[in-house]
Amino acid sequence: MPASERDFTAPTVQLLTPEGELRATPEAEAYLPLIEALDDATLQRFHRDMTVSRRLDVAGANLQRQGQLALWVPSLGQEAAQVGSAHAARPQDHIFPSYREHIVGMIRGLDPVRIMALLRGTTLGGWNPEETGNFHLYTLVLASQTLHSTGYAMGLQFDGATATGDPDADAAVLVYYGDGSTSQGDANEALVFASSYQTPQVFFIQNNQWAISVPVSRQSRSPLSLRGGGFGMPGIRIDGNDVLISYAVTRQALEEARAGEGPTLIEALTYRMGAHTTADDPTKYRTDAEVEYWQQRDPIARYRTWLESRGASAAFFAEVDEEASDIAADVRRRALEITVPTREKIFAHVYSEAHPLMVEQAAWLDAFENSFDGGAE
Amino acid sequence: MSAGIDEEVRVTDVANGASGLDTPSDTRPTEAAPSAATPPVDSPAPEVRGVHTLSMAKAINAGLREALLGDEKVLLMGEDIGPLGGVFRVTEGLSAEFGEKRVLDTPLAESGIVGTAIGLAMRGYRPVIEIQFDGFIFPAFDQITTQLSRQTVRHDGTLSMPIVIRVPYGGHIGSIEHHQESPEAYFAHTPGLRVVSPSNPHDAYWMIQEAIASNDPVLFFEPKSRYWPKGPVDLDHSGLPLHASRVVRHGTDVTLVGHGAMVATLLQAADIAAEEGRSVEVVDLRSLSPIDYGPLLDSVNRTGRLIVAQEAYGNVSIGSEIAATVAERAFYSLEAPVLRVSGFDTPFPPAALETEFLPSPDRVLEAVDRALAY
Ligand SMILES: Cc1ncc(C[n+]2csc(CCOP(=O)(O)OP(=O)(O)O)c2C)c(N)n1
Ligand SMILES: [Mg+2]
Repeated sequence: MPASERDFTAPTVQLLTPEGELRATPEAEAYLPLIEALDDATLQRFHRDMTVSRRLDVAGANLQRQGQLALWVPSLGQEAAQVGSAHAARPQDHIFPSYREHIVGMIRGLDPVRIMALLRGTTLGGWNPEETGNFHLYTLVLASQTLHSTGYAMGLQFDGATATGDPDADAAVLVYYGDGSTSQGDANEALVFASSYQTPQVFFIQNNQWAISVPVSRQSRSPLSLRGGGFGMPGIRIDGNDVLISYAVTRQALEEARAGEGPTLIEALTYRMGAHTTADDPTKYRTDAEVEYWQQRDPIARYRTWLESRGASAAFFAEVDEEASDIAADVRRRALEITVPTREKIFAHVYSEAHPLMVEQAAWLDAFENSFDGGAE
Repeated sequence: MSAGIDEEVRVTDVANGASGLDTPSDTRPTEAAPSAATPPVDSPAPEVRGVHTLSMAKAINAGLREALLGDEKVLLMGEDIGPLGGVFRVTEGLSAEFGEKRVLDTPLAESGIVGTAIGLAMRGYRPVIEIQFDGFIFPAFDQITTQLSRQTVRHDGTLSMPIVIRVPYGGHIGSIEHHQESPEAYFAHTPGLRVVSPSNPHDAYWMIQEAIASNDPVLFFEPKSRYWPKGPVDLDHSGLPLHASRVVRHGTDVTLVGHGAMVATLLQAADIAAEEGRSVEVVDLRSLSPIDYGPLLDSVNRTGRLIVAQEAYGNVSIGSEIAATVAERAFYSLEAPVLRVSGFDTPFPPAALETEFLPSPDRVLEAVDRALAY
């Protein structure tokens, strides 16, 4: 086969240039009406949410450094991919995150202190999706959640909770995973099942170029978006640092899903500007030049430029910065108040129904602790 | 004759002694195991459906059918379980009756089946999965052990995982590699899962329904060599809760315990021992996680000797766990160490050697001799 046929490319769909100009690429033109339909408040909300995410990253990293969290997982650089796609979902939709989508959860109504509790080591889950706008739990075994999301979407279908023709009632599922996770068997099996059952579902890959220290080139020689076609669904590669295209393409794909037209795969090209987690040292595997290249493509800076060009005032940006700082300070204060759960928690919900080992072992641990002077708590 | 039960099976078969080898031959009155003495069903009261003679495969089929009829959230998922009825025909006729929305021939991917079943359970469904053969459960091992088993604790008890995974397992069928394994210990080792294995058609009929009704995930190990022998199934009374073990033969000299197909082997060993004048008690474990130690400890307190038998590899097995626990809890009753009779710690050998590998009545009796020699 000639080398040219071994070259796989896909256009990157983009509305906002890195310089902050609204200049649709040819494939993006069809999405312009979705942006034109947004009011100013929504457009401002995008900026606010991206700013909150970035500010929370600072707070999280500080808490970790001060020994208050076991780990912090930053989203620095990925704000547009997350905020745009999150706002594309409707209230009845279900969102299955990986472990980096803090702002997506907050947009759905999750109190970020719940995330802090998870990373502080006081819970294995942290929230009830029924109380957090259908934002499901984080999943740490890479790509496991892709299958859960597909099963959930199958359930929506079996229930007739989708494709009735009422976009305010019809539900769809949005699942997040990373470029490294695309190599997992589960991620591929999820695409097989989704395509086979034509689930109402959007697969949203944040290709942040790295899986800890391994570049995306190790996972795939071709654009990840091309995998959609291989499984029988559209695959679209977007500029993940453009909040407008992230919103519009996800919106369109979710609307198609809820209308019964089947699943879509979106690859959002973005960059993890910080470390993988606070336990990582990216200077060991990537160059400063690469980081600088992506800094030129910062999602928040370009969107701010665009909002300014539309007349947003300095006062607006100052207000948002202040609000973000307040939120971060509040989360920090409440994170420090998170208490250690009592020891019953070890046994309490391992099973839904009574289980003799849980009863015996909880009683034994109690007796053991109480055998010490004064009975330790 | 109740609907859904093989028309060829007549109640008189029970009286004629068509019951399988593994029919409990001696049960305590409270255990309500089916017996030929149960009245026939010529003119039954509407709710009384009587005792039928069924193979285990048919009994599970009938149990699945009851579950599908009883709760529209119950779904069957698996490979070839639709029109074909599964490679062992356990789901035969169910897709014709309930349709392909209730009986799903899924894509061929075990992790995918379990992972999507988890999503379906999050949506309120009660999926019942068939893994085609024991040796093919491992592609789903991750979803079962890191996801299925932990969803409830991760959700602080606000989410249940009522999923049943049916696994035809075990040897004696002369099949090729990966088709004769006994992987139950991996799952019994995993917190958050329940693991059971019936040994006879009656228990299979009831236990599958109880497993489906459970709000916790249940691994349901079906001894595939016992799919075909017929035995009485009392369609009116289960007799025991899902996680109870049962004494199936009373004796005074030594206790044998096992599960699944091993129970038939233990009863054969008990018969042979009886001819030699030895009185052997046999306990059918039924539940591997949690284990119901009550009847077992009672028994050991009376006999003072225990042999644990299993087809599975012996190292770090269910048998090891039972041996340790009984040694701990019945220490002063024991006249001999608890002995184990297991498959060897090798891959299941080529089928031509399976009779050497699988514990036989003679291998069990050799252990009985050793226990009695103390
Ligand atoms: C099955 C599994 N293997 C390994 C890990 C350890 N691990 C955590 S995150 C990660 C990299 C994931 O990369 P990617 O999917 O690109 O997501 P990103 O972290 O970049 O958002 C690895 C290897 C894991 N959590 N799960
Ligand atoms: Mg990545």
